Amino acid sequence: MSNVAEIFETMEYGPAPEDASYVRDWLKAKSAGFEHFINGGFTRGGADQPMIESHNPATGDKLAAFPAAGEAEVNAAVDAAKAAFPKWSKLSGHQRAKYLYALARLIQKNSRFLAILETLDNGKPVRETRDIDIPLVARHFYHHAGWAQLQETEFSDYEPLGPVGQIIPWNFPLLMLAWKIAPAIAMGNTVVLKPAEYTSLTALYFAELCKEAQLPPGVVNIITGAGETGSLIVNHPDIAKIAFTGSTDVGRIIRRQTAGSGKKLSLELGGKSPFIIFEDADLDGAVEGLVDAIWFNQGQVCCAGSRLLVEESVADKVTEKIKRRLEAFRIGDPLDKAVDMGAIVDPVQRDRIQELVKQGEKEGGEVWCPDLKMPEIGCFYPPTLISGVSPSNVVAREEIFGPVLTSMSFRTLKEAIDLANNSRYGLAATIWSENVNRALEAAAMVKAGVVWINTTNGFDAACGFGGYRESGFGREGGREGVYEYVKLKKEWGEVETPPPAVEVTGAPSVVEIDQTPKQFIGGKQKRPDWARTMPVAAHDGSYAGRVSLGNRKDIRDAVEAAFKAESWGATTGHARAQILYFIAENFSKRADEFTKRLMQLTGATRGKARAEVDATVSRLFAYGAWADKYDGLAHSPPQRNVVLAMNEPIGIIGVVCPDASPLLSFVSMWAPAVAMGNRVVVVPSERHALLATDFYQVLETSDVPAGVVNIVTGERAPLVKTLAEHDQVEAIWHHGAPEESQFVEAASADNLKRVWTNQGRARDWKSPHAGEGREFLRHASEVKNIWLPYGD
Amino acid sequence: MTQTNVMDLDKRRKKDAGAADTDITRNPGTPLNADWIDAVRVNLSAAERRITTLSGRRTVKKDWQAAWLLKAISLMDLTTLAGDDTDGRVRRLCAKALRPVRPDLLKDLGADNLNLTVGAVCVYHAFVKTAVEALRGSPVEIAAVSTGFPAGHAPFETRLKEIEASVADGATEIDIVVSRRHVLTANWRALYDEVKAFREACGPAHLKAILATGELGSISKVGKASMVAMMAGADFIKTSTGMESINATLPVSLVMMRAIRDYHDATGFKVGFKPAGGISNAKTALQYLVLVKEELGDEWLSPKLFRFGASRLLGDIERQLEHHATGRYSAANRHPMG
Repeated sequence: MSNVAEIFETMEYGPAPEDASYVRDWLKAKSAGFEHFINGGFTRGGADQPMIESHNPATGDKLAAFPAAGEAEVNAAVDAAKAAFPKWSKLSGHQRAKYLYALARLIQKNSRFLAILETLDNGKPVRETRDIDIPLVARHFYHHAGWAQLQETEFSDYEPLGPVGQIIPWNFPLLMLAWKIAPAIAMGNTVVLKPAEYTSLTALYFAELCKEAQLPPGVVNIITGAGETGSLIVNHPDIAKIAFTGSTDVGRIIRRQTAGSGKKLSLELGGKSPFIIFEDADLDGAVEGLVDAIWFNQGQVCCAGSRLLVEESVADKVTEKIKRRLEAFRIGDPLDKAVDMGAIVDPVQRDRIQELVKQGEKEGGEVWCPDLKMPEIGCFYPPTLISGVSPSNVVAREEIFGPVLTSMSFRTLKEAIDLANNSRYGLAATIWSENVNRALEAAAMVKAGVVWINTTNGFDAACGFGGYRESGFGREGGREGVYEYVKLKKEWGEVETPPPAVEVTGAPSVVEIDQTPKQFIGGKQKRPDWARTMPVAAHDGSYAGRVSLGNRKDIRDAVEAAFKAESWGATTGHARAQILYFIAENFSKRADEFTKRLMQLTGATRGKARAEVDATVSRLFAYGAWADKYDGLAHSPPQRNVVLAMNEPIGIIGVVCPDASPLLSFVSMWAPAVAMGNRVVVVPSERHALLATDFYQVLETSDVPAGVVNIVTGERAPLVKTLAEHDQVEAIWHHGAPEESQFVEAASADNLKRVWTNQGRARDWKSPHAGEGREFLRHASEVKNIWLPYGD
Repeated sequence: MTQTNVMDLDKRRKKDAGAADTDITRNPGTPLNADWIDAVRVNLSAAERRITTLSGRRTVKKDWQAAWLLKAISLMDLTTLAGDDTDGRVRRLCAKALRPVRPDLLKDLGADNLNLTVGAVCVYHAFVKTAVEALRGSPVEIAAVSTGFPAGHAPFETRLKEIEASVADGATEIDIVVSRRHVLTANWRALYDEVKAFREACGPAHLKAILATGELGSISKVGKASMVAMMAGADFIKTSTGMESINATLPVSLVMMRAIRDYHDATGFKVGFKPAGGISNAKTALQYLVLVKEELGDEWLSPKLFRFGASRLLGDIERQLEHHATGRYSAANRHPMG
């Protein structure tokens, strides 16, 4: 029987290999080893650099070798970026747009080459590199060519940062390069990028394309190496920003290393993203979605839908469908155009997957794999389902970064969301339901930076991507992503020298009735935990009053009260506006009293003090105005769907206030946070704390729900420490000395708080540009991108 | 219909049935079950995504492609449904149905022992007798479009009589059109009763229920109508008449295949699928076969459970096969017309 006749009976699929010969020829030409791309040219650098080898995970064959940059090479790259910055940043947006457009075109023209090279290096199926990775890379450069073009009009208040250090992972090598480089150079920054040591080849090919596009030397520098090279970039003093995608552990290290450096930081880290199937979902569609969620790129995806939560009434049916689907899986040579899954990037990674699965089984999970023909060589792992896992099982908590799905069931929407949010991470979530009411409610409730409804793993340059919680901060893509590569012009003044401490010399007047301000926690005046108070001096050192001497337990109680006030985040913008206006109204009634207090504490003239009071009323009005106007966006990716970029409150924000303009700055620090639906724990200026304690009487009369604004007075340092280290506090805004800023940033690393510090610099609180407005609101919100395809 | 006719048909069916096909029990239908209709959930975007990604996930090359294209021929309802059809035209079509590919090409492919024919010819009632004559002794089925094809607005009694007449003339398969109005108004009982009556009228001839999916307004309706047609006893569900402005599409086919799978899971009965209209090239045909294999499994890659309704598809497949055999791109005039 002939081959054709036999296949006619069996109807098997045959091999469908992609021709990789011309890519291998290119690699052969580089067999002496690759070089760094610094200042527009390729350079080997010092002879003392260790060489790193790159292997094809599907076969184990050596593909290439490249040097691991040391201090000299990193310095050379940063110097080149620094030297290129002035000229590059002064080009018109249109001039930069032309370069980005050229890069986009070059990527398209070399798209198949890049797809094959990526597959050889990473092990992911060529179907994915060809149909997903590389087209998205080109799209990213096109889209950001557009932002460059529009920079002068759309970001006129903002300016580029300088040389940017970028460190990217191995799971989407070229795509992550595009996500990093395109927005950075579009906005006029220059770049030092380090690809992952497993997968540096497409980045090095991209360097050739930069040359071909005649990108000015030093605008993009690409240096190879491992963690040590990354660390050198992170710690280089001339780097203005670090953008990192990778593991949460390394993200924390980078947070600590950059603390106090003034470097801007964006981190896109790990995840354990829930994939929720309601009983009214298109179950077949949902199962196919799972394939795209957890068996995409062998599950080596930070936003992989790795935790299946399925409504109990359809749980068995869904399990059955998943198993049936997996039985039809094809796993093998990633260069074959008809495989579902390729190779795991490295044996180290595969061993880790295996280890976690074993442990998950030990902890009660039921492990199932389809009976598939596995390749005889190479680094492969079968698609795996672990069902019946409890939330305490290691496989339900830890990011596995492999093709392993865990599943558990739920009964109500609330239970689904509770399970979904029971995680340190908050990168992405997928929701399947044919009921748009239910789906959108779930989308609003889930803690994730990206939510896909009835679809999964949607990515586009026009839409923001990035996480909540320990999945990192900052967004990539869309307008929200552009902000990561610019800064507000003239936001900060010079570094302030704190005024000398004032000794309290006088004593309380016995004529007046004694006033004992307390802490303001959970809507009530509370005595401090250890029943101690401290004196506050007037500007001339005379006795002005006593305030509570709070300690860590008061911070604990205040955070607890803020935690209970969660519903504030769900109130309407209109309702929040009403309360802010009401605060302004009640505050203005006491304008004379606050004017006097300001005069007493700061020594300001009546006129100046009154002006600050009036400015404070205006500021409260401003955030009353903003409360229902800081709108999100509806993005336009090139698919048939709406992507809603919603501004959501972050949660609990710790606010540490400055001494300058003490009344205005106190209100300016918490009002935007509260306007956006956050709850705050405020540590007021130590020496002007009486203004804050006077103010809580205004709050008490203004219908502010208990726990939304909490005020803890006392010695600043221990309070700041407790706030910065508190894991329930999701962000911290800090105005203080540079050393304290550094401390706050380092301490925030544990739960990866969003930190906004002044690094000791002054802010002009009176100016509506620097002291008020969108920049504050942006820091007060998370952007959640909700993908909602439509059509019936 | 006379007793003799029924017996003739049964005999013919037994004679033609290969060993592999004997385990397919004809779908007898079930009572109308409203829960099954309510349970249908189809998300169009998800269906489209499956189709878009599948074409990248699966492909067949070289010998595999040739074999799969030969399979596509064996699964074809070679169709002529034109106002200017004549007996001569239908006889020519039947000759092509019996010898769809040039024998020298089949020999080059090593496929000359497959006894390759198409699955059926599909004609209007007026030409059933002609086709029966032309195809006598062959395994090629004779399908007649019926029930006021293509719009289905003829009087109900007339439509029943049309089926009976075609079966009496020797049609072994009846491609009926459903009343779209029943689907559009969600009158599932009416749809069920209609198809059930048609099925009874078919007797031993197999019923293919054309849903005219391009006219149903929503993808969910396609899923629900598929379910009702199967409950009413359809042997096949079919996308389109070929006369609607939108005919067979891969996403709609996916939805219908999944309905077939759900129905099979629920009842154990296997219902066939026939996409029709607009499938005119080899590449598209392969995409359909991949979809069938992935969603329904290898068992459905048989003329008993899958057919293409097509008139132009064969010509393109022949050219592709010649390219496979010779390495040169072929020309239309090198292949005998049907």
